[in-house]
Amino acid sequence: MRLARTALLGAVALGLGIAVSGVVPAMAENGPGVTDTEIKIGHIGPYSGPASAYGTIGKTIGAYFDKVNAEGGINGRKINFISYDDGYSPPKTVEQARKLVESDEVLLIFQSLGTATNTAIQKYMNAKKVPQLFVATGATKWGMPEKYHWTMGWQPNYQSEGRIYAAYILQNYPDAKIGVLYQNDDYGKDLLGGLKEGLGDKTGMIVAEAPYETSDPTIDSQIVNLKASGADLVIDIATPKFAAQAIRKIGETGWNPVQIVNNVSQSVGGVLKPAGFENAKGVLSTGYLKDPTDPNWKDDQSFKDWSAFMDEYYPDGDRSSSFTVYGYSVAQTLEQVLRQAGDDLSRENVMAQAANLKDFVMPMALPGIVVNTSPTDYFPIQQMQMMRFNGERWEMFGPVIEGSGGN
Amino acid sequence: MPSTLAARFKSLRQIPAKPREVPLSWSRIALIAGLVLAVTLPFVVKNFVIFQLTMVLIYAIAILGLNMLTGFNGQFSLGHSAFYAIGAYTTAILMEIYGFDFYLTIPVAALICFAFGFLFGLPALRLEAIYLALATFALAAATPQILKSTPLSPWTGGVQGIYVLKPDPPFGLPVNSDQWLYFLTLGIGLVLAVIARNLIDSRSGRAIIAIRDNPIAARAMGVDIALYKTLVFGVSALYAGIAGSLSAVVVQFVAPDSFTFVLAIALFVGLVIGGVGSIPGAVIGGLFLVFVPNFAEEISKGLAGAVYGAILILVIYAMPSGAAGLVRMLVAKLAGRSR
Repeated sequence: MRLARTALLGAVALGLGIAVSGVVPAMAENGPGVTDTEIKIGHIGPYSGPASAYGTIGKTIGAYFDKVNAEGGINGRKINFISYDDGYSPPKTVEQARKLVESDEVLLIFQSLGTATNTAIQKYMNAKKVPQLFVATGATKWGMPEKYHWTMGWQPNYQSEGRIYAAYILQNYPDAKIGVLYQNDDYGKDLLGGLKEGLGDKTGMIVAEAPYETSDPTIDSQIVNLKASGADLVIDIATPKFAAQAIRKIGETGWNPVQIVNNVSQSVGGVLKPAGFENAKGVLSTGYLKDPTDPNWKDDQSFKDWSAFMDEYYPDGDRSSSFTVYGYSVAQTLEQVLRQAGDDLSRENVMAQAANLKDFVMPMALPGIVVNTSPTDYFPIQQMQMMRFNGERWEMFGPVIEGSGGN
Repeated sequence: MPSTLAARFKSLRQIPAKPREVPLSWSRIALIAGLVLAVTLPFVVKNFVIFQLTMVLIYAIAILGLNMLTGFNGQFSLGHSAFYAIGAYTTAILMEIYGFDFYLTIPVAALICFAFGFLFGLPALRLEAIYLALATFALAAATPQILKSTPLSPWTGGVQGIYVLKPDPPFGLPVNSDQWLYFLTLGIGLVLAVIARNLIDSRSGRAIIAIRDNPIAARAMGVDIALYKTLVFGVSALYAGIAGSLSAVVVQFVAPDSFTFVLAIALFVGLVIGGVGSIPGAVIGGLFLVFVPNFAEEISKGLAGAVYGAILILVIYAMPSGAAGLVRMLVAKLAGRSR
């Protein structure tokens, strides 16, 4: 006992010494993780677990920064992209975020993926005043600058996506009986909420709602229930694995409803191919990025650039997957923010520049879609276009629709 | 047939609870060294490492509870994530909705989990071995859905989960909140380990082990099997609940997706790695759960799960009776040689 007490005292003394020496702050103009030659960027994504299909996004971003570095970096600084796996589990996200902020000392965390996982670290990031930039989730709650100054989304939010579907259905299928398959979490309920809001007093058109959990092995029984409800229009609010299952199951049961699959699951390689092209023919969705399998873009310069990038920096990547286009475009958005920040790479200025994007054109976004933010508008992308899968690729139709912001 | 009974009893007593006892001096030195290390570490490592170490201790507490059930009483559970979740949600709800002080929520969480565990132990009495494993697994699989369900969402926050504020160190102690939570967890863990040891070494402990080794003989000796089995289930759930309660403030967030069956399996893995029937082994199990996945990820991002699996197989192959068994064997060999 005496030994332990001596050790404790020694340890306290040692610890205090270290604490004092560590407290003296370095008053440089740049934030942590920035030197004259390097910018450290943190990333958290699911490389394992139920949502591991999204791992492609992190890999694409890493490959894109390899390209940026090979071309001389940003204002002479190379990007050091540190990406960790959280398996889509919130406690692990907290651990990895703390590792990035406190041990790796990154300038910011970029594109952390998932709604529950980002919720778990949002308060921590804002208390530490570390940018949680362009999170990979379309929840509407990432655009609340007055409450969470340090958190910003990127993709069109789920609520406006739901409203766009509602508008489309009201106009084209006013007599539809709608069945909704949705993931029983923030994301699923957010999109469903937008849909109901858009339907307004026509919410009665929804004849069946079938929730599923990410832990479910299959969603066959949900599909059977939807079919039994007599619905003739199905909306799949589902992540890639489940969307693929849904499209396949609907095809196999010989049911032939109008089918809308939400934007997160529009990947041809990741969803429609495993679902079977014969089953996926005629499926509707919305888009904001160019589909790499669409031959219309064959001679498009931005497509050629993307293609060259894939060849050189991510040759193993799935060229038919929208995730590689997503990763490429979001990385370009961050590149733009860092270029705008110039040599003032403090966390404050990075956040200020992220909220100061004006008509920024991402080469792989659909024509007419631009990125705009302001200190009160934390929704970078707010436009989408309807599209239809013709059995081989997506075909855009109709105008670019402005989904008005969040709440 | 009193003579047969006596013979059975005798053979029962000859089966030791632990196969080979580590010489006392060795184990004491190891314990003191471990404690000194545990107390010193938080002053020399970064805050996030302290956070990881706190998670190690939290998992160790839950594994310890599972160990009492599986290791000493021979009842399987693949559902301890449920009790862990109940503990975590009890603390989160009491703190954030009813404004309780964090420290008061720990005993409440412990009691609630004890009650749940005891009640679940009643039907579990009718299930043997793998059937019990399956029933508890169902509990683990149901937990996230129940937490998300609409009737409970005014309290659980549904899919959104609940934020929990980290308590500041009391009495103006010169430590930061990460260090404070670490020491609090360490203290609670030590108390729980001592209680577990004393319980196992007691008359009740012998009854608990006898039920595992030979239930018929135990019943013949007058052990109330039903009572002991349900009580052990309750105590085991209580440990898991305390672990969950601590995790709520350490992670500062509870959500249904934090308590999936993956957690239940993880606790079971920790139990086997640490050593079934070993109290200090729980810490090894906790270390494995926190650090090995990170290590696997460093080897290969794309194959992290496969690498983890390979490590798991290697570890089981290298130490079939867990870390505690390996240490015991090495020490016994060393001691044998030095003689």
